[in-house]
Amino acid sequence: MASNARGLRVANLVRRFGDRAVLDGLDLDIAPGEFVALLGRSGSGKSTLLRAIAGLDYDVTGTGELDVPDRVSVAFQDSRLLPWLRVLDNVVLGVGGSDAREHGRQALAEVGLEGRERAWPSELSGGEQQRVALARCLVRDPEVLLADEPFGSLDALTRIRMHGLLRELCARHRPAVLLVTHDVDEAVELADRVVVLEDGRIRLDVAVTLPAPRSHRDPGFQSYRDQLLLALGITEGATP
Amino acid sequence: MTRTLEPPPRATSPPVTTRTRKRRLGLGKPIPFGRVLGPLLLIGLWSAASATGLLDPRILSAPWTVVEAGVRLTEDGTLPDSIATSLSRAAIGFLVGASVGTSLAVAAGLSRIGEALIDGSVQVKRAIPTLGLIPLLILWLGIGEAFKIVVIALGVAVTLYIQTYSSLTGIDSRYVELAEVVGLNRRQFVRKVVFPGALPGFFVGLRLGVTGSWLALVVLEQINATSGIGYLMFQAQNYGQTEVILVGLVVYGLFGFVSDALLRVLERRVLSWRRTLAG
Repeated sequence: MASNARGLRVANLVRRFGDRAVLDGLDLDIAPGEFVALLGRSGSGKSTLLRAIAGLDYDVTGTGELDVPDRVSVAFQDSRLLPWLRVLDNVVLGVGGSDAREHGRQALAEVGLEGRERAWPSELSGGEQQRVALARCLVRDPEVLLADEPFGSLDALTRIRMHGLLRELCARHRPAVLLVTHDVDEAVELADRVVVLEDGRIRLDVAVTLPAPRSHRDPGFQSYRDQLLLALGITEGATP
Repeated sequence: MTRTLEPPPRATSPPVTTRTRKRRLGLGKPIPFGRVLGPLLLIGLWSAASATGLLDPRILSAPWTVVEAGVRLTEDGTLPDSIATSLSRAAIGFLVGASVGTSLAVAAGLSRIGEALIDGSVQVKRAIPTLGLIPLLILWLGIGEAFKIVVIALGVAVTLYIQTYSSLTGIDSRYVELAEVVGLNRRQFVRKVVFPGALPGFFVGLRLGVTGSWLALVVLEQINATSGIGYLMFQAQNYGQTEVILVGLVVYGLFGFVSDALLRVLERRVLSWRRTLAG
């Protein structure tokens, strides 16, 4: 295992679909242990950026510099568990070594699913499935964690609990995190830094310096929220 | 105005707590041995029609005559011999066909070269009914056992190929993406994602193939056989013995039913991760 965790560096990244440049010379650095939330309207290039960093864009033309560590984990919007593998086998999918299963058990315990190792994914609730997916990310000891709206399909209560869990796990394992979301509150609540993407470039890059238990009622929270909504082209009260 | 002070009449009676239960859209609990109820009812009707003389024995023998014929044929050894012959034909044909079909599907499903060489040819073969090949195969192979097994195997192989190939190539692209993200190599990908994902389709192929092998057997044994259940029935037709024909049909039916039931059991065990509507 690498002793010095590396962050993530993206420089002058261009990605094109046909004539349209979805990412147009984008620069982004994420330090080890830093939690960055990526906001943007649909079509702003959020997912394209995430897929480029994850190395999932084969048929896309583009240029630019990507400096990504070896150990990258991705959390998808759906939990994407293989229905024919039991929970533990899903967690350790692709992990080698004799102690893989032991690490898998620990990861499951960390997300609060101790004892569910032998369950089938279809026997779990949506929130539990997403926790298994988090365990699958953790067990790889990631230097970079990419999350593509991982809470998008969860109900509000489950989402609140997942926020707490994700914050706790990131504080303990300190990966560089890039969380793609469309939820401004989620971004302000979780991230050290929020980046707003517009037309393939970074429109706004703002550090969130609120103290640890972040409350929606905090005036500081409100001002971040207004600032980000403005950058997204939404003014409070006005119908877009 | 005083009227509003009177208690509403409904309050005097106890509150009604019965709620109409919502109907489940799924099928509910299976009836124990439910699958044999239908056939039993049919046999009952048949017995009634024979006993009351509604059914002419020259058209259809009574159930007990059929049972007697079955006992007689078993005692003189004709039936067991015929069953053994037919069973081995169907089993060998099925096994050969299933192996060939599955191997071709794996070769075509997992490599572009295999796909280019195999898929087109099998799709052409699929358009030609296997039974239509009988004249040609008789010229090549004669009318011996090899011919029968080849005809059965051909039908089974095509069925299994179609089902297995389409499920191998129809793996959800999201799972492919996942496999790339977690860094599976090609072997692990095939073993953990492609094969398990294709198993449901493979089982559909197996069950269709078993049915197909019995179908081919019936046809083969009635045109060019000197042994087997079909031959027994063909002979009985010459002598007008409807009860022997029925014995043959019952045996075919039992074979089909039992083989399908065995595959169902196997399928439920192998695909225990699936929760389907039928429970």
